[in-house]
Amino acid sequence: MLEVSDAVVRYGAITALHGISFEVNEGEIVTLLGANGAGKSTTLRMVSGLQAPVSGSITFQGRDISHTRAHDFAKLGVSHVPEGRRIFPQMSVEENLEMGAFRRRGSIGEDLERIYETFPILKERRKQLGSNLSGGEQQMLAIGRALMSQPTLLLLDEPSMGLAPMIVDTIFRIIGEIRAAGTTVLLVEQNAAHALRLADRGYVLENGRIALSGPAAELLVDPRVRAVYLGEDVEAGA
Amino acid sequence: MGSFGHYLATHFDTLKAEFWYLFVGGVANGLLYAMVAVGYTLVYGVLRLINFAHSEIFMSGGFAGYFVLRAMVGSTVPAGFMSVLIIVLGIAAAGTAGAAAATLVERVAYRPLRRRRAPQLAYLISAIGASYFLFNLAGKEFGHLSVGDPQPYINHTVFTIFGAPVLMYDLIILVVSVVMFVALDWLVGRTRLGRGIRSVAQDAETASLMGVNIDRTIAITFIVGGALGGVAGFLYGLNIGVVYNMGFVPALKAFTAAVLGGIGNLRGAVLGGLLLGIVENLCVVFVQAAYIDVVAFGILVLVLLVRPTGILGERLGRTA
Repeated sequence: MLEVSDAVVRYGAITALHGISFEVNEGEIVTLLGANGAGKSTTLRMVSGLQAPVSGSITFQGRDISHTRAHDFAKLGVSHVPEGRRIFPQMSVEENLEMGAFRRRGSIGEDLERIYETFPILKERRKQLGSNLSGGEQQMLAIGRALMSQPTLLLLDEPSMGLAPMIVDTIFRIIGEIRAAGTTVLLVEQNAAHALRLADRGYVLENGRIALSGPAAELLVDPRVRAVYLGEDVEAGA
Repeated sequence: MGSFGHYLATHFDTLKAEFWYLFVGGVANGLLYAMVAVGYTLVYGVLRLINFAHSEIFMSGGFAGYFVLRAMVGSTVPAGFMSVLIIVLGIAAAGTAGAAAATLVERVAYRPLRRRRAPQLAYLISAIGASYFLFNLAGKEFGHLSVGDPQPYINHTVFTIFGAPVLMYDLIILVVSVVMFVALDWLVGRTRLGRGIRSVAQDAETASLMGVNIDRTIAITFIVGGALGGVAGFLYGLNIGVVYNMGFVPALKAFTAAVLGGIGNLRGAVLGGLLLGIVENLCVVFVQAAYIDVVAFGILVLVLLVRPTGILGERLGRTA
C-alpha cells in the first residue's frame, strides 16, 4: 500500500533522514520506534506531504506521491494525526470534526455519529472549544477528526504522549478497532512496549536511518530493543 | 487651575451642545475605518503580517469609483433610481479594483517571500515597497492633484437624531458597511470557505492536513479584505475626492482601529473603527481640528503600550 524507498529529507543543512526504506501493507499496523530526534515524526511528515524528500520515492497504492502537496492527501485517503494533536483551539469539537471532512462532498452526518459512538465524551463536549478539552479528549478528537476524511491509511504520531495510562489503554484499543474496521495504520510511538504489542511489524529508527525491522513479536523480544526502548538492563542479565 | 477648570467647563458645554452632531459624523468615519480595518485584520489572521500596501488598495477603489461616476453622472445631479444604480455600480467597480489590487500585492510582494520562507522583516519591507510603487504609479497616471467625485445623489438631510442631521452620505455609509459586515460575518463564521480561513488562521499546517489549500485560502482572504477596502475608498472619495496618496492617513487610522479592537479579530476591527471615529470627532471640541490625527495616533501608541492585544484580543478563529 505504502512504499518508501531511499528517502532523504533535509531541513536546511541538517539531514533528518538519510535514505530510509520501509513499507506498509494493506490492513497492517506498522509501528516506527526510536528515540527523540531519530526521525520518526519527520518520516510521517514526509509521508503526508508536509516535508518533501530531496531524493528517493514514496508510492501510495501504486502512485508516486513524493511531490504531492499536503492538502491533496486528504483526497488520496491518507490522514495524519500530527504530533501534539494540533486541535484547532478556537473551534468547537464539532467544527474540528467537520474540518476533518473538509475535502468531502455531501453529507457527513453518519460519520459524525460514528465518531461520537466511538468517543462518547466528544458528543458531550461537541459545543466546547477545542482548547478547553483535556489532553486525552484532544487526542480522541484528533483521531476522530482524521477519521472524518474516511482514510485508507492513518498516520498516528505519538498518540499516547502525555496521557494517563488508562487513557493510553483506551486509545490503543481504539487504534486496534480502527484497523479491524479496515483502515491501515502507521504508528509512531515512544511507548514501544504498547506499540509492539498492538502492531504487526515494526521499524526502529536511529539517527535518521532504519536500524532494525521485523515482525512486532520478534522486536518485542529483541535484546537491543529491550535494552534501549523497553528500559531493561540487558548486561545485568535481566 | 481656575482657568483650566473654566476651559473644561466651557468645552464640556460645547460638547453637550454639539454631541450628536459630532457623533453622527464620527460614526460615519468610524464605519469607513472599520471597513478598512477588517482588511488588515483578515490578512493578519492568516499571515501574521500587516499589509502596509492596504492603503493603496483603498486608493484603487477610490479611483475605480471615481471613473464610474465620471462616466455616468451627467450635468445634473442624478436622483432616485439613477442614484442607486450609479452608487451600486461604483461599489462594484471599487470592490473589484480593491480585490484586484490586493491580489496583485499578494502575488507579487508576499507569495514569493512565502515560498522562500523569508523572515517577517522582509514582508514588511516588501509591503512598504509595494505601497510606494502603487501610489507613485497612481500619481503618475492620474496626476498629483485631488479631484472631486461627481455627486451621484443629492446630499440632503434624511432624518435627525436629537436635532443632529443625518445626511444621505452618512446613510449610504451605514447601509453599505452594515451589509458588508453582516455578509463578512456570515462568510467567515458559517461557510466552508470561512472555516478554511479560520483554520489557516489558527494552525496553517494542520489546516493543510485537513485538505485546506493554504495558498488559495490566503488569496481569497486578500480578495475579501481588498474588496471591503476598495469600497471604503470609494465611499471616502464621494465626500473628499480622490488623489494618488488618499489612502495613507485613513489606512493608518484603520490600522490603529484594528489594533485598538485587537488585531486578528474581525468584530474587534469594527468596534475599534467605530470607537476611533467617534472619539476622534468628539475631540474636535477640545483641540483644534488640525490635531485630530495627533489624537488618533496617540491612541495607537497608548494601546500598544497599555494593551497591545487590543480590546477584544486576537481571535480570528472563534467569532471571526
